[in-house]
Amino acid sequence: MTGTPGPGGGAVDAAQGRHLLLQMLRVRQLEEKCVELYSAAKIRGFLHVYIGEEAVAAGVLASLGPEDAVVATYREHGHALLRGVSAGAILAEMYGYVEGCCRGRGGSMHLFDAATRFFGGNAIVAGGLPLAVGLALADKMAGRSNVTACFFGEGAVAEGEFHESLNLAALWQLPVLFCCENNLYAMGTALARSESQTDIALKAAAYEIPAWAVDGMDVLAVQEGARRAVDAVRSGGGPHFLELRTYRFRAHSMFDPERYRAKDEVARWMERDPITLLRTALESAGQLSAAEWEQLQADAQAEIAAAVDFAEAGTPEPVEELTRFVYSERDTGDGAGPGTGTQPAGKETGAP
Amino acid sequence: MKSSYREALRAGIRDAMIRDERVFLMGEDVGAYGGSFAVSLGLLEEFGPDRIRDTPLSESGFVGAGIGAALGGMRPIVEIMTVNFSLLALDQIVNNAATLLHMSGGQFHVPLVIRMTTGAGRQLGAQHSHSLEGWYAHIPGLRILAPATLEDARGMLWTALQDPDPVLIFEHGSLYNVPGELADDAGPVDIDTAAIRRPGNDISLITYGGTLPAVLDAAEQLAADGIDAEVLDLRTLRPLDDAAIMASVTRTHRAVVVDEGWRSGSLSAEVSARITEQVFFDLDAPVGRVCSAEVPIPYAKHLELAALPSAARVVAAAKETVDAGG
Ligand SMILES: Cc1ncc(C[n+]2csc(CCOP(=O)(O)OP(=O)(O)O)c2C)c(N)n1
Ligand SMILES: [Mg+2]
Repeated sequence: MTGTPGPGGGAVDAAQGRHLLLQMLRVRQLEEKCVELYSAAKIRGFLHVYIGEEAVAAGVLASLGPEDAVVATYREHGHALLRGVSAGAILAEMYGYVEGCCRGRGGSMHLFDAATRFFGGNAIVAGGLPLAVGLALADKMAGRSNVTACFFGEGAVAEGEFHESLNLAALWQLPVLFCCENNLYAMGTALARSESQTDIALKAAAYEIPAWAVDGMDVLAVQEGARRAVDAVRSGGGPHFLELRTYRFRAHSMFDPERYRAKDEVARWMERDPITLLRTALESAGQLSAAEWEQLQADAQAEIAAAVDFAEAGTPEPVEELTRFVYSERDTGDGAGPGTGTQPAGKETGAP
Repeated sequence: MKSSYREALRAGIRDAMIRDERVFLMGEDVGAYGGSFAVSLGLLEEFGPDRIRDTPLSESGFVGAGIGAALGGMRPIVEIMTVNFSLLALDQIVNNAATLLHMSGGQFHVPLVIRMTTGAGRQLGAQHSHSLEGWYAHIPGLRILAPATLEDARGMLWTALQDPDPVLIFEHGSLYNVPGELADDAGPVDIDTAAIRRPGNDISLITYGGTLPAVLDAAEQLAADGIDAEVLDLRTLRPLDDAAIMASVTRTHRAVVVDEGWRSGSLSAEVSARITEQVFFDLDAPVGRVCSAEVPIPYAKHLELAALPSAARVVAAAKETVDAGG
């Protein structure tokens, strides 16, 4: 393969590099906007941003196909966006409007989208892992060659569900790609204060799952690692496990005074901002001009600005509909099919 | 002394830590983070990491360890961030903490206190907003407390720690910031009885925990309309203070139970059933109930508000009950 060295020394294909840069920029700008909208009280509840960790979702999701499934956590705006849920549907969800991807019932922590096989948005730490195992079990039993990518933080590693899920996936050789987003903290608890063995890939290896660590700030390394793992999973190699070493630049949530880590630690990690790393690599390889960089930023900005307009124009769901979707709406015999609960609202309304 | 519900809880924990060396606090982010709801803020500095013990994300593990430590002679206070996450520890709470005394023929006591946040109202969505204390009140072997006032937030913990059996304390998330006065000598309170928070003669409004403020508000609105409501705070959800409930209802002849839990199979159902079992012939009207709509709590503010008990809904239910009585 021709190309120039990426941030981690890997080769960069110019078009692919610019594509990944744009993906990370889209997530960054969406979330910078979320923070702003939270401060303006447009968004409420808990808000957990992914700023600093974008390379992980960008690299892994670039390695999946449309039939694959994705399971994520409450820090999932970026995963949803890069999976193909529109920024408008995501923001409208956070505004609590019916145009949101979950009609405003889920909010920031519970983004779901059937059309893109995006299975949430789970606010119970480690709650998504067994679900991913089940999705993969269904694929395997039905003879489909899909992969289920499951994202979770390193905090989840301490939960029983993590261990039960890894064992099941390995025992039954299920097509799951476990993606551990190791940002070194679970709220205020540093990895070394919560795990006797801090080498997370070793834990997966104990379940006979091929596992390795990847520089989660280097999107090209993430993409390369994910592609290798996805190929192996898809071709019947059983579950694989990536430990993606990353860092969150912001507080855990909007309520976190960050008493547990030093400012200079954050500053040191910010020197490895995944967007800057890739941008610099592309620039020094002569693959990104100043004008192209401006254009990428402008494209992302325009998308997010349109999404804000879409969300601002949203409407609250009528209160009379409060108790809908507790049970499935049955076919009334008029040929209308199952209830709208399985249809992605955002798609139908043409959200930007 | 000016205080708040959160500070009152903290004062209760401090007091217990000072009084009894066997007491320690354990849970996720109780130490370095300062407590997920800042209840334990500053305690790590005062008591050190052995007694203000941060745990990994392992609810089943550290609740079970709390049970074991209690068996081993300690007096643990285990904090679970919210009742929603306590479901990961349900096995330990229901199959171990609640049963060991009985299964061992009275040999092994579990003097454990588990504190957790409960309730909705902050747009946190379904997985962070549920009120499941009524479920726990179903379990023999557990004592269930729901402090609604600063005095109870301050004083229930010490009494709970004296209990030889497991006690669960539910702190409604909307109460933490409630300000108030707390007597300098505020200390332990009983954990057996319900309390009349507002005396009245026309109807008994029976509630607990996070809905107490809305019910007191409703009582004031009813007073303006000439209905003199009594507000009874259950305080302890298991065992229920039947005597206090029946004394109030036999006086007012009407009752509305207000519970943020869902109606079906709920604590409000239990209270209502006991009233009809014990003082049916004193009633002038069927027992009313105001509960949460039977839906996982939605994120959108207007839907969440519509799902929850409110002063307006309590007023309406109370008027209906009074009118039904003729
Ligand atoms: C079972 C459970 N326990 C506790 C919490 C509260 N909580 C939410 S996020 C979090 C930290 C999780 O850290 P990690 O898994 O590393 O993910 P990160 O936030 O770093 O992305 C905690 C303790 C929860 N949501 N679920
Ligand atoms: Mg983490």
